[in-house]
Amino acid sequence: MNAKSNLYRKEKIYGFLFILPPLLGLLIFTLYPMIYSIYGSFTDWDGLGQMNFIGLGNFKDLWSDELFHKALFNTLFMMLGIPIGITLALLLALGLNRGVPGTTAFRVIYYVPVISSLAAVSIMWNWAYNGDYGLVNQFLDLFGISGPNWMANKYTVKPALIIMAVWKGLGYTMLLYLAALQSVSRSYYEAAELDGANGFKSFWHITWPMVRPVTFFIIVTNIIGGSQIFTEMNIMTPTGGPEYASASVVFYIWQKAFGNFQMGYASAMAVFLGVFIFVVTLIQFRMNEKQSFDVD
Amino acid sequence: MTSRRRVTHSIIFVLLLIGAVFMIGPLLWMLSTSFKDKQDVFALPPVWIPRPFHFDKYSEIWEAGPLLSGIKNSLIIAVTVTIVGTFTSSLAAFSFAKLRFPGKNKIFLLMLSSLMIPYPAVMIPQFFMFSKLGWIDTLLPLIVPGLFGNIVMIFFLRQYLSSVPNAIIEAAKIDGSSYFRLYSSITFPLIKPAVAAQLILWFMGIWNDYLSPIIYLNSPEKQTLQLVIANFNATYAIQTDYPLIMAASIIALLPMLIIFLVFQKQIIESVAISGVKG
Repeated sequence: MNAKSNLYRKEKIYGFLFILPPLLGLLIFTLYPMIYSIYGSFTDWDGLGQMNFIGLGNFKDLWSDELFHKALFNTLFMMLGIPIGITLALLLALGLNRGVPGTTAFRVIYYVPVISSLAAVSIMWNWAYNGDYGLVNQFLDLFGISGPNWMANKYTVKPALIIMAVWKGLGYTMLLYLAALQSVSRSYYEAAELDGANGFKSFWHITWPMVRPVTFFIIVTNIIGGSQIFTEMNIMTPTGGPEYASASVVFYIWQKAFGNFQMGYASAMAVFLGVFIFVVTLIQFRMNEKQSFDVD
Repeated sequence: MTSRRRVTHSIIFVLLLIGAVFMIGPLLWMLSTSFKDKQDVFALPPVWIPRPFHFDKYSEIWEAGPLLSGIKNSLIIAVTVTIVGTFTSSLAAFSFAKLRFPGKNKIFLLMLSSLMIPYPAVMIPQFFMFSKLGWIDTLLPLIVPGLFGNIVMIFFLRQYLSSVPNAIIEAAKIDGSSYFRLYSSITFPLIKPAVAAQLILWFMGIWNDYLSPIIYLNSPEKQTLQLVIANFNATYAIQTDYPLIMAASIIALLPMLIIFLVFQKQIIESVAISGVKG
């Protein structure tokens, strides 16, 4: 008995010791900076002088900052790519799931953009969107359409970035759907077929509910990722694009913090972003709970 | 029925093929541009197969910018972080999955919920922490945090470990083997494939990272590969030397492409599992 409790005491110590590095990492590099960010957002922190407490001053400024509104609108607008990507990826996965020849090759080809460096593909797409010599307009030429100078036009710069984002992320979403589809038992479809349901009906009543957890996962991670979009615009439109039409929230944070040294103001935006992500994720989880309750 | 099936199969195949052209087309165009001369670059309609192939951009880029030191810096960061970080992560995952200690689940939950905190929300104070230490314009801010482990990896390995029967570990415990040995000689060999897949994904993430390097690294010889090619773009786009820019981008992309093609089975499985069971 004594030996056993001694064993457990040792296990307690080692168990804690083994998780100590990531726990310390979390405290030092995430939780402490986060609290500091929140504190900084209430100050006029400029990175050099004193941090004076200014209450909600930064948040009030955000409320009337036109550039921030633009950056926020742009960030949200570009999330239109999420439903487009989900639809395309699901269609692709449904196609691949039928066991057509070359499935492995297709999986690899569609996944190549995912593993490609975002910096490199941003450079490539920037060239593809060139008004005169770009691949995109030369392709449109085939159909008699003369395309715009995508990145220099405030109406086309966001759609251009959306197309690129869908292209980049499609393979990842497709792969998740494919894995989900493969775990759906054939017997459901056979039973549905006996009941006279096929095609769209069996998709709507079997496939779509069965892949719902994956859809949920994709939506949550895509919103979290989409709200932090930065690299594309930093490389493709280093000044924020025509009339700031392609600047994202993180782009603006980065500019304010490391360009203008308005650390307090930038922190306020970062806190805003963090709260946004938290709220969206919470809503998503609530909705998911409710839905699964309804179905079961 | 079977002939109808064959027709739908063919239609699906053709659609997938068209899709594949759109996915891979821009990358092939990038590759082909890197071999072109000025005339072909601006040719209308586009030239897909350069006549003749010019390989000189691939020798020119090494002199045009700090490409080699970019590769070296990226490698130093990615290798150090993934090797040490994989060790700390897998050790923690083992502890979370197989050892009993108070507060375990609460700590795990705390870690998981911290995944919701976006990097931009912590990057400004982090910047000042590292600047106080005098680490700006060194690789340390990009290396040190990773050494403490990666929560996504811990989560994934912990899930994976739940399929390892407790009996094996209990038996070894009774035999009096140390806790570290339980991890190193029993658990770790069992979860090696999962570790490998996660390590590769992490490596790719660090290799392709852009936001944190751009915050910390200023001098050209300290920059990672991604920053170096972004600077190529900024410099040579004005001179419209697109073959050179594309060649540099290909260089940035190629190592990950090779790693992916070699380990594609493990990577795809790992991604699929993390989505379905995540």
